[in-house]
Amino acid sequence: MKGDSLMHWNRGRGLFSLVSLVAAVALLAAACGGDDDDTTSGTTTTDDRSELSGSVAIDGSSTVFPVTEAVAEEFRSVAPDVRVTVGVSGTGGGFQKFCNGETDISDASRPIKESEIEACAEAGIEYLPLRVGLDGLAVVTHPETDFLECITMDELATLWRPESEGSVTSWNQVRASWPDTDITLFGPDTDSGTFDFFTEEVNGEGGASRADYTNSTDDNVLVTGIAGTEAASGYFGYAYYVENSDKLKVVGVDDGEGCVIPSDETVSGGSYPLSRPLYIYVNTAALVEKPQVREFVRFFLSDAAIALVADVGYTPIAVDELSESRAALEAAIAGGG
Amino acid sequence: MAAGNTTVTREGYVPRLSFRQTVGTGFLALCMAGTMVGIVFLVVLLTDVWRDGVGFLRWEFLQNFPSRFPERAGFQSALWGSLWLIGTTALLAFPIGVGAAIYLEEYAPKNFVTRAIQVNISNLAGVPSIVFGLLGLQIFVRGTIGIGPSVGGGFGRSIIAGGATMALLILPIVIVAAQESIKAVPPSLREASYGVGATRWQTVWHHVLPQAFPGILTGTILALSRAIGETAPLIMIGALTFVAFRPEDLLDPFTVMPIQIYNWVSRPQADFHDLAATGIIVLLVVLLSMNALAVFLRQWTGRRYGR
Repeated sequence: MKGDSLMHWNRGRGLFSLVSLVAAVALLAAACGGDDDDTTSGTTTTDDRSELSGSVAIDGSSTVFPVTEAVAEEFRSVAPDVRVTVGVSGTGGGFQKFCNGETDISDASRPIKESEIEACAEAGIEYLPLRVGLDGLAVVTHPETDFLECITMDELATLWRPESEGSVTSWNQVRASWPDTDITLFGPDTDSGTFDFFTEEVNGEGGASRADYTNSTDDNVLVTGIAGTEAASGYFGYAYYVENSDKLKVVGVDDGEGCVIPSDETVSGGSYPLSRPLYIYVNTAALVEKPQVREFVRFFLSDAAIALVADVGYTPIAVDELSESRAALEAAIAGGG
Repeated sequence: MAAGNTTVTREGYVPRLSFRQTVGTGFLALCMAGTMVGIVFLVVLLTDVWRDGVGFLRWEFLQNFPSRFPERAGFQSALWGSLWLIGTTALLAFPIGVGAAIYLEEYAPKNFVTRAIQVNISNLAGVPSIVFGLLGLQIFVRGTIGIGPSVGGGFGRSIIAGGATMALLILPIVIVAAQESIKAVPPSLREASYGVGATRWQTVWHHVLPQAFPGILTGTILALSRAIGETAPLIMIGALTFVAFRPEDLLDPFTVMPIQIYNWVSRPQADFHDLAATGIIVLLVVLLSMNALAVFLRQWTGRRYGR
């Protein structure tokens, strides 16, 4: 009996402290909410940013990494006390951490997959996808391979599809007018987002590719391989071609509307068929609760920061899409607050 | 000498002196070639790295943070991250490793269980480092043990989580090295100590450990040198690539030198490849300093304890 009454007393006390805790949290939240409204309604100046602190945790695609790194570097000059960290776990690895609540922003070189959407939903993580740029995939060859000027998407499929493994070994099997020269192929390994995108676009199924080609995680190895092998061909990020244009020849790609050589114009205009979007996925809760994350993403979408996309070798998104993204971002901030 | 003479002149014995000497010379040449293969490749590698990396080797390289401009990019966060990580690893691995070695050598009964533990420690030394990364991610980062401050009871992607993972990785090497040093202490020393009435603890603390110390220290520092070059387990536990601040406490996120080097090597621009070579030079300098420290400590402690 004594034990019973003691338990009741304890429970009552526990309930009381719980109620007061909830009240305190609610008060605090209200106070913070009011604070948030102030910063969102007013124009954000650099002075506000210089007072920010805390951390912004980013992880994900190694393709998007140079962009995020450049933006983080510039952000440091306007908000020196904010600690921005960027990892390179790959798009998939990044989403795994993102949906586990370990990161605020996830870099991705493809849209989020169904299984990842489920993982995020299960953990109660809501997010806002923002497209920040485009990355063209360059199909390249040895500079002395004269016959290879332009290739159609169908011919690319003939060259790279799984059924061609071991059977399509000579260039005249790809197009009859091409010489009977042996094909040597180079490409990214199967863990790469580049591989996923290329196989999806060319062979119609992500991951479906012939396997008898020299693969490497390091695109510089592919560059060296193709530059040193006559009649070799391969594909990788356009930025790697730009840096090595003296050693390699880029091949135009024809998707039924004529031959298109990748360039900043053809990639951003969408006429080059092999260009993929680069995304950042932002945790909506972090956007609302952490002022440093909010300001970082706003900074990311500013004109100055988006120009950095071009600096590191990718193509920035078009102006009208940028303003749409900004509107979506402000809506997410306001909606959550 | 008479016996020697009879052997040489014994019937049927052909000295074939020049043949045997040729075989001897041939063997020497083979051994030298074996040594040279390693040295030649090392020299080629070092010259190549030096040629590529010397251009960026400036004071600013150690002071700057990573940047998208090769000429502005620096190594500060990676260098400090590595030093913090190695310090943490040493503080964790040294006492645990030496303690385990003392127990196994001085206290443990020589039975089946001890032998099983011994075999497992040796096996652990051969486990791929990425496996330790997976273990560290689950236990220290995400917090299976539930003692850390982060969500879920882990330490997050922090120096302490990295240091603990690295400590697990090198523990087998530290234990085996310390055991060998303790084994090398002559039993007569222990017996003399027991003979004058010292307890086991006094014997171990005042006589065995000081004698074994130089060897233990060398083994530990060489194990730490391995840890400073490791990348795979740290990428697994989520050490980051872009970190533009120096770690200030054990719960801070960090990057390390090999990760920064790997990141630069995989960039398209050739300048970043040179920057990676500069990073390799710095990493090598740190590594050689650690090995030099091992040699120095060995000499110094050895002299101090009359070895």
